[in-house]
Amino acid sequence: MAQQVFQHTLSNGLTLLLERMDHVRSAAVNFLVPAGCAYDPPGQIGLVSIFSDMITRGAGDRDSRALSLAMDSLGLDHSESVGQLHLRLWGSTLARNIPPSLELFADVLLRPHLPAEELDSVKSLALQDLQSLEDEPRAKVMVEMRRRFWPAPLGQDRRGTEETISRITPESLRAFHAARFGPKGIILSVAGNMEWQPLRDQVEKLFGDWKGAATPPPELTPPIKGNAHLEKDTTQTQIVIGYASVPFGHPEYYTALGAVQVLSGGMGARLFTEVREKRGLCYSVSANYQTFKQVAGVLCYAGTTTERAQETLDVTIGELKRMIEGVSEEEVQRVRAGLKSSVIMQEESTSSRAGALASDWYYLGRVRPTEEIQQAVDALAPASILEHVKKYPPRDFTIVTLGKNPLTLPV
Amino acid sequence: MSFHKHVLNNGLTIVGEISPSARSVAIGFFVKTGSRDETPEVSGVSHFLEHMVFKGTPHRTALQVNYDFDRIGASYNAFTSEENTVFYAAILPEYLPQAVDILADILRPSLRGDDFDMEKNVIIEEIGMYDDQPMWCAYDNAKKAFFNEHPLGNSILGTKESITALSRDQMQAYYDRRYVAPNITVSLAGNFKWDDAVKLVEKQCGSWPTGTAPRGNIKPVEPRKYQQVMTKEKLNQEQVFMLAPAPAADSPERYAADTLAMIVGDDSGSRFYWALVDPGRAEAADMSFHDYEGTGSYFTSFSCEPENTQDNLALIQEILREVQHEGVSDEELAVAKSKILSRVVRGSERPMGRMQALGMGWTYLKTYRSVDEELVNFDAVSLKDIRGVLDRYPFDELTVLALGPLAKLE
Repeated sequence: MAQQVFQHTLSNGLTLLLERMDHVRSAAVNFLVPAGCAYDPPGQIGLVSIFSDMITRGAGDRDSRALSLAMDSLGLDHSESVGQLHLRLWGSTLARNIPPSLELFADVLLRPHLPAEELDSVKSLALQDLQSLEDEPRAKVMVEMRRRFWPAPLGQDRRGTEETISRITPESLRAFHAARFGPKGIILSVAGNMEWQPLRDQVEKLFGDWKGAATPPPELTPPIKGNAHLEKDTTQTQIVIGYASVPFGHPEYYTALGAVQVLSGGMGARLFTEVREKRGLCYSVSANYQTFKQVAGVLCYAGTTTERAQETLDVTIGELKRMIEGVSEEEVQRVRAGLKSSVIMQEESTSSRAGALASDWYYLGRVRPTEEIQQAVDALAPASILEHVKKYPPRDFTIVTLGKNPLTLPV
Repeated sequence: MSFHKHVLNNGLTIVGEISPSARSVAIGFFVKTGSRDETPEVSGVSHFLEHMVFKGTPHRTALQVNYDFDRIGASYNAFTSEENTVFYAAILPEYLPQAVDILADILRPSLRGDDFDMEKNVIIEEIGMYDDQPMWCAYDNAKKAFFNEHPLGNSILGTKESITALSRDQMQAYYDRRYVAPNITVSLAGNFKWDDAVKLVEKQCGSWPTGTAPRGNIKPVEPRKYQQVMTKEKLNQEQVFMLAPAPAADSPERYAADTLAMIVGDDSGSRFYWALVDPGRAEAADMSFHDYEGTGSYFTSFSCEPENTQDNLALIQEILREVQHEGVSDEELAVAKSKILSRVVRGSERPMGRMQALGMGWTYLKTYRSVDEELVNFDAVSLKDIRGVLDRYPFDELTVLALGPLAKLE
């Protein structure tokens, strides 16, 4: 069945995308608003997180309870999540309830009440979120890793600190909304059992009159890098290792992805095999590719009891370094099969497709047809992956650990 | 959508739901065995065995199992609960024969001694991983306190001690008793041909030993008024669980109980949400309904700053009392139904979701419920049904467990 993808950019700069999936009953919508936590005002880090909670506490003609009731009555599951560069509003329900849901989203985006009297409650939740981070070793180690690994402000934690949260005011929230919430740069992607023309007409009607300038991307400053150990009395030691890769959209994107899959694509991949299966060093070990427009990296994670942490680190680093010795045809065949399956299975999920449409548009300014991805995946070969790995070998690691004892790091 | 069922001569049941528009097919082997079927000396064996199933057979080494799954691009895994051990894979339709071949083969594992010793380390690491997750520790201990002597209180992972002491032969004996054909259901959903699937499964599983694998104590659990505080000074937040009995998996009241839990404690728009989360008193507060064979329970939980725990506990108890005495409103019921409709429909759109629902449905009820039938069952829930379930399973005697910095609760 051919993919049915539609696109329309409104005159004010908001882009609408639809992938019509007529074999499902539901649809998912996804707004990417260029207002992530990298745009937190200096001194008020945590503002976007607070804003993302405040934004659904009343909008348009409805107060907080009425808005919540309206969403629930439509069966609309929704979430507002804060990324580094984007605030993401996601919702999913039966396709027939999407048009009234979009009306609610328009209120939330354009006419949020941001009620001053609820700010203390929301701040209390934000402070608890901050406290909880200390109880979650795996999340904690990642926060420190991102802070060191990415150019600022891309590695900035969305939670802020007690002090920066205390400086956030109803006025600063309103100012943020006025300055950062404009149609230009917003990507609205929809996937599911929807008709294009009525959707397009409705989106024009709801968002067509919205005015506003684009948010310029933040200025990046070079990352801190360097290794760190966070001392904590935990059962397991958390290990994260980061190294640079090429961004999404780069000519070598697929070979970079292929290389990461060789390391961590399935249970037969190198890290799982060498660290867990052959040595029983840990339960969880993986490598994840992460990207921004200008920079990308691979973050490897392992959690293991203190006594086995050194060996886990050594074996993991050894596997990363071994990549330049080459990969086998057999490994690449497994990588191709895994990627091919995931591309096709993604077409069964409205949420996955809505997310993929938005991300393709943000990075590439177009939606990649499935066949294009398939061809790129089919073209992966030991030679092309090796060539990539030689050009971008895993090295210059940033290593962050958390646990009882620091580890001896590779030189 | 069409439903099919076939029982092999040895008693293994195959169920399938065909959805021609799906892009993939999901298949799962549901073994009706879990931590509730364990004796204390083999605590954690079901879950450890689930790991060992991936460690190879006379035909495949552990690494070959992983390679063979990866080679067909399978998205595969397994999980163990109190009552079930499930092995599953989602694949593109053309790879179904290979998927059946691998899954059926690994369900007859060699349980080699060296693999067993190596995997012990992984299990101990998994126990360590959960040990560092306060929410999980609180959940596991609350379950233990509530079910008390009842086998549903058994730990799924076991302990470092029980796993260390476990022998390969004890695992083999457990396997021989529990992994008999009549105790296994194979569930398929998505894009596949029924006759082909039956032939594939029959060829691989038709010779599996038959037998019976009875389950002890399936009596309903009694309420247990009990309070326990586990003090962990190094934590920042307090985790609290509150448990009460609820209907069993095969009870017609399960739909009312599920709906009630959503009204009281869903993460959006529920009584708990407005009383605790919206005003910032607790970071999270929810109620969920868990059904098991022969019994069930409501799990209420919240996490907050330690100094607010006592007040939040009182607030939750007040809400539960109010619901107990006055029931819920028409509007609350209608909204809950809209949410359920949306969740059930969306949860059924992927073969993996349907395969799980189908396999579980068959394991517990020996009946097939299509998505539409499931929706009708939820839609039929009335205020009277909610009243009925409240009367039969009241919230007034609770098992409370708090884990965090607090030294005591009043």
